[in-house]
Amino acid sequence: MNIFSAFVKKEFFHIFRDRRTILILLVMPIVQIILFGFAISVEIQQIRVAFVVSASSPSKTSIQQLARKVDANEICSVTHWYSSVDAVDAAMKKGEIDVAFCFQEKEPHHLQVQMLIDAVNPTIATSESYYLEAIVTDFLRKQQLNTQKSSAVSLIQPSVQMLYNPQMLSAYNFVPGVMGLIFILICTLMTSISIVRETETGTMEILLVSPVRPIYMIFAKMVPYFVISCINLATILLLAYFLLHIPMTGSIISICLLSFLYIFLSLSLGLLISTVVKSQVAAMIGSIMGLMIPVTLLSGMIFPVENMPWALQRVTAIVPARWYISAMRKLMIEGVSITHVSTEIMVLVGMSVFVLLLAFKNFKNRL
Amino acid sequence: METVIEVQGLTKSFGSFKAVDHLNFKVAKGEIFGFLGANGAGKTTAMRMLCGLSKPTSGSARVAGYDVQLNPEKVKQNIGYMSQRFSLYDDLKVEENIRLFAGIYGIPRPLIKTQTEALLEKLHFTEERNTMVRALPLGWKQKLAFSVAVFHQPKVVFLDEPTGGVDPVTRRQFWELIYEAAAQGITVFVTTHYMDEAEYCDRLSMMVDGRIEALDSPQQLKEKMGVASMDEVFRLLARKAKRTE
Amino acid sequence: MDKMIVVEKITKHYEQVKALSNISFTINKGELFGLVGPDGAGKSTLFRILATLLLPDKGKAWINGVDVVKHYKKIRSSIGYMPGRFSLYQDLSVEENLNFYASVFGTTLEENYALIEDIYRYLLPFKERKAGKLSGGMKQKLALCCALIHAPSILFLDEPTTGVDPTSRQEFWETLSKLKEKGMTILVSTPYMDEAVLCDRIALMQEGQLMKVDTPQQIIDQFDKALWKVSAKNMYGLLKDMRLSPLVEQCYTFGQYLHFTFVQEELDALVAYLKQKGHQEIEIAPTAVTIEDCYLQLTDV
Repeated sequence: MNIFSAFVKKEFFHIFRDRRTILILLVMPIVQIILFGFAISVEIQQIRVAFVVSASSPSKTSIQQLARKVDANEICSVTHWYSSVDAVDAAMKKGEIDVAFCFQEKEPHHLQVQMLIDAVNPTIATSESYYLEAIVTDFLRKQQLNTQKSSAVSLIQPSVQMLYNPQMLSAYNFVPGVMGLIFILICTLMTSISIVRETETGTMEILLVSPVRPIYMIFAKMVPYFVISCINLATILLLAYFLLHIPMTGSIISICLLSFLYIFLSLSLGLLISTVVKSQVAAMIGSIMGLMIPVTLLSGMIFPVENMPWALQRVTAIVPARWYISAMRKLMIEGVSITHVSTEIMVLVGMSVFVLLLAFKNFKNRL
Repeated sequence: METVIEVQGLTKSFGSFKAVDHLNFKVAKGEIFGFLGANGAGKTTAMRMLCGLSKPTSGSARVAGYDVQLNPEKVKQNIGYMSQRFSLYDDLKVEENIRLFAGIYGIPRPLIKTQTEALLEKLHFTEERNTMVRALPLGWKQKLAFSVAVFHQPKVVFLDEPTGGVDPVTRRQFWELIYEAAAQGITVFVTTHYMDEAEYCDRLSMMVDGRIEALDSPQQLKEKMGVASMDEVFRLLARKAKRTE
Repeated sequence: MDKMIVVEKITKHYEQVKALSNISFTINKGELFGLVGPDGAGKSTLFRILATLLLPDKGKAWINGVDVVKHYKKIRSSIGYMPGRFSLYQDLSVEENLNFYASVFGTTLEENYALIEDIYRYLLPFKERKAGKLSGGMKQKLALCCALIHAPSILFLDEPTTGVDPTSRQEFWETLSKLKEKGMTILVSTPYMDEAVLCDRIALMQEGQLMKVDTPQQIIDQFDKALWKVSAKNMYGLLKDMRLSPLVEQCYTFGQYLHFTFVQEELDALVAYLKQKGHQEIEIAPTAVTIEDCYLQLTDV
């Protein structure tokens, strides 16, 4: 018993005297609970609805009544009125609307409504569809009760079409997310360990006392991991296409270019981490803890960014994966051209430059 | 003379490689026994078997009255151990280390406090009791580690290169602790690379390629080989070695 | 004489510890200069400052006239450096390590082969072996080759023989004197006092301070007392009794014997005292002073 309690006491000492361990054991769970609590939200926050109505529709009043009803709901808002369906595709791809009600009158006062839903994120899409269908059905019912006029409109049950992801396959949603996670983890983790290892084993000492310029050393470390990541990229894309049957509607070149940029950013991030930590263990912990949690929770990979509270949404802006995943979804699933993701690209470029400059600035020329 | 270590035909093989090849020797109580040999000669492997940490492939060894194969736990209870690589916990204080090892070695609870105080005083560490071990100079660490290793008055204490890199003054002070322990009847089994320290031993053995090539007192060895210093003894014997790790 | 390395009042703190205090000395061209002192003396810190890896808090140093702080890049390209622990790539082979470092310095293994030939032939049978699997002595040889690969004119070797078996240590120092004959200036640190005599000049260091800088012989000559040795059957008892005697000034173990100095030389009285204490087989005689004795006297054991 003596020995046992002596050991227990010793173990407590080890734990409480190591700041890093305390951080992981006590602080991390708190951070995670808070983030999880706020980030998880499968409720819908905002549905932007577009109404597509031909100008000459005789049932305009009914449609407008429906519009007001939709608007009255605190979650929905009718944000756009279009006269033709073509506008819908462009608007959805730009991310301006979530749902479009398309009204067609084959016969006067016989409206057909088609709900077009942006289903890139199947979870949200399903919720949206149920929500709106409920509104429409309710409207319908009230209409039939209220009026016997001949101008009554009989709205047929709306048909729902999920755009871009008709089978609501979660794989479509997940693959870009997983890619974002894989690249940032592998690249950052690997480069960060690589530099620190040289310092830890002492080989860095010899390299510093030589004509080698830090730039060469740093870039030399990035090259093999870049190559390996490209191989990974090819493997993932092939598996996605052939095994998971993800459509790859966008241009492969755009997908690859964007991925190269993201990989480059991840490698630079790894370099930055290695300039601030002193041991390989710290590099691993920093990369995994400092990246995995934010990327999983805040990048939109699992929990949609749109559903997060406003403050947290702002925070997600610094998670590189968030921009990559959002752009990849558009490229892979919606099939937009690269100009549509120019914002994301600019953000990623900016981050890369910033991180790389910081890494160079931090690189210690001496011990 | 009471025999504290008795080794007969002790062998350790890794596959066809004989790391330790049929060792035979005895060590008496209170002896300072030097266990020398080049790196790769098999010293560490042999020592591990004697400490009950590794099973012999063949042969036998009795340490502190117990067979290392049949009763390794009893062996461990009756020996002390100190190595260069690890001796004390860096992130615990001096006093905490002493108390911890007192507990580990089974010193009865009521005695721990008094014995800790006595040890602190003997080493002149009373002022440093709350210093983190990692802040101590290497020499002090080694002295403390040795004292902790013999704290529970074991029959034998095994020291694995305890004075590497330590300054000449501290080395001597360390060896004085060894002398004192031996005078109290604790057998000291020590390996070292310092040939002058080999001179302090009552008897030594030299291991070459897994076998013992010489076993005698320093004076006898020098006489037999016709040389004046242990340095030369070592060099002559080591030259025979075929194994270079 | 050409001053190759000049160190002027270098001071360095680590948190509250003074690693180096006001160190000043010079090293001449073609000298084999030893920094001798135990762990914690500040040897490695001084090495790193001279190799431009650390900045001194105070003081200056020049290597071949080049300031170590201001023009560190120039120095880094021109010296050969072997740090305190084995710092080559464990998972690369002997040959791969050498080729890598050769290319880092813009040269090839073949170009300067003559310089490392003597050392390399020990490594040749192992040239495909991973560096991590070499024995201690082999690792040191490899590290030395890598430091020499670009034919520097100055070598900084930080404790190259620590932890290595005595045979390899001796071989290493033989290599160093051969290099010196080729005109190389070598600054080497060691905790082994017996290696100190192999240097042209040495600096004895302890706890960040220089105790003496001179040739080994002059340091020995400066030992101002007569040194004696004594042995008896019971060495430990002898040590205790010697220390108790008022005739003895300083007494410490020294391998087979105890070394001591007299307060006043009274040989017969001492022998009588020891016999009275029951000591047998007493052997007592004057003995030659070694660097270690000087060190012990300076640190006042």
